[in-house]
Amino acid sequence: MDRYTEQRLFGLLARASAALIVGVLALVVGVTLFRGGRVFLTDPAVAVTPPGSRYMLDGGGGFLHAVLGSLFIVVPATVIAMVLSLSTAIYLQSDYSSERTSEVINMFLNVLWGTPPIVYGVFVLTVIIAVGAQTSLIFGVIAIAIFQYPIMTRYADEALKAAPDTVKEASYGVGATRFETARVTVRAALPGVIAGIIMGFARGIGDAATVLFTAGRSTQMPGGPFDPATTLPILIFEQAASFNAEVRSHAYAASFVLIVAVLALIVASKLLAGRYARFAPGGRHS
Amino acid sequence: MSNQPALRTENLEVTYTGNRKVTALDGVSVDFAENALTAIIGPSGCGKSTLLKSLNRLHEIQPNAEIAGEVHFGDQTVYDTDDPLPEIRRRIGYVPQTPTPLPMSIYNNVAYGAKIHGDYSREELDDLVETCLRKVNLWDEVEDRLDDPGAALSTGQIQRLCLARSLAVEPEILLCDEVTSALDPISAEQVEETLESLKEEYTIIMVTHSMDQARRLADDVVFLYLGELVEANDARTFFENPQADRTKEFISGHGASTYLEKSSDESDSETQTDEQVDGSRDRPTAVEQ
Repeated sequence: MDRYTEQRLFGLLARASAALIVGVLALVVGVTLFRGGRVFLTDPAVAVTPPGSRYMLDGGGGFLHAVLGSLFIVVPATVIAMVLSLSTAIYLQSDYSSERTSEVINMFLNVLWGTPPIVYGVFVLTVIIAVGAQTSLIFGVIAIAIFQYPIMTRYADEALKAAPDTVKEASYGVGATRFETARVTVRAALPGVIAGIIMGFARGIGDAATVLFTAGRSTQMPGGPFDPATTLPILIFEQAASFNAEVRSHAYAASFVLIVAVLALIVASKLLAGRYARFAPGGRHS
Repeated sequence: MSNQPALRTENLEVTYTGNRKVTALDGVSVDFAENALTAIIGPSGCGKSTLLKSLNRLHEIQPNAEIAGEVHFGDQTVYDTDDPLPEIRRRIGYVPQTPTPLPMSIYNNVAYGAKIHGDYSREELDDLVETCLRKVNLWDEVEDRLDDPGAALSTGQIQRLCLARSLAVEPEILLCDEVTSALDPISAEQVEETLESLKEEYTIIMVTHSMDQARRLADDVVFLYLGELVEANDARTFFENPQADRTKEFISGHGASTYLEKSSDESDSETQTDEQVDGSRDRPTAVEQ
């Protein structure tokens, strides 16, 4: 095979794989939007109506409990994970740490990153049993935060690493402290950091395994931080397998809500990142 | 500000202990005169930047740097001190080689240092920003767009912005790391003019690759070779009557090649007022022909 045939074949493979990704994505999103959208748009009230007493059996009422559960679990979890991951990323990228400790911590992060979410779920469940509590919203928050933490740290770490070293030098050069310099570095890396936080949020809102054992599969409105709750992915998981067509259709409506939320988040992250990129050294200038 | 003390290094030794041990500075003792511009020259990798950064302990932000010796700053010492590091770095400012805007507006780029070091009212800050931008001849170019991102300026403007940012914390000494190397000739000339005017007020220590630039700007020259100090002298003696053999070699060899590179932009040679520079500029061009 001569060099040019080789080149052409690889070009074909590269284009085909790119087309496949776009195709699969379009298909998944399209089917969800179509099937879920039909249900949701004929009766948008399902997303804001509390579930009826026999919700899982006859689909009375809506799935507001899961929407609220998702928000009450994922928003606080994202805030916690954001603080932790930003601090860790700053630690890894600054002179707070030595090269060797950074390496070790990076290794642990990779292990965390590669741990299946269900394992976090089981871990937190063990904690719940150990302290004699019941599955509740607060443990869902903890599990999701643990799940998001390595994802967001990795993003933030990469973003900070990509920020020019001279920003640090410039800041130290006028007599800034390490904390002040870290803040400037984060600002310089803000587009990447925001992308990481939003990706963490999106992954968190879409994950079922972590919540399954920790917040539970409640079919009632969440009453407080120590009451059982549930999230949209679990609702979808439970209802998609139901033999009641009405209940199954709610699973599609919930999928629609979830995917629209995730897409909106990604668009928001792009817009925000673009806004801050103007200020980043070497970023886009308008 | 006129009687500020100069810097003096004493047996400064810097070793990088990364994958392999590299001695970047090997016992350098040198004086830096006050209110003068000292150029540090030498071939690449000879420890110029390390010397510069070790003067305000900036090299400490990279891991694996070990240091011995001392830097005297007036009656103070830079290494053996109870002062917090940021205080030292405020008084001995640093301008990085690559023109780097902080990720904020032009105004805040200049005000940044002042804001972290003291309480200024809005009016005081406005004044300070204007004064500093005027000192670096940038005010007229940016006064209508102070809220634009610093990154939106041209590279040459950004480098002057960096100088203004350093001036805003009222340093006594400015460390400039090859501040014109990333710039086009016209911007470089503007930055040089700025440095020229700044040395009335500040002690400037700059690393440069260009012998031309050292001749044009420097009052004193420090020549490093492989981490060792070869010669430190006033510029006239250094270029006209070098003491060390290695200096002679470096000036003739390196100097000529620098001229050949630069011979294409002869247009700015009229602006040279120093006849010493003009005279030496002709010589290598003639050699080329």
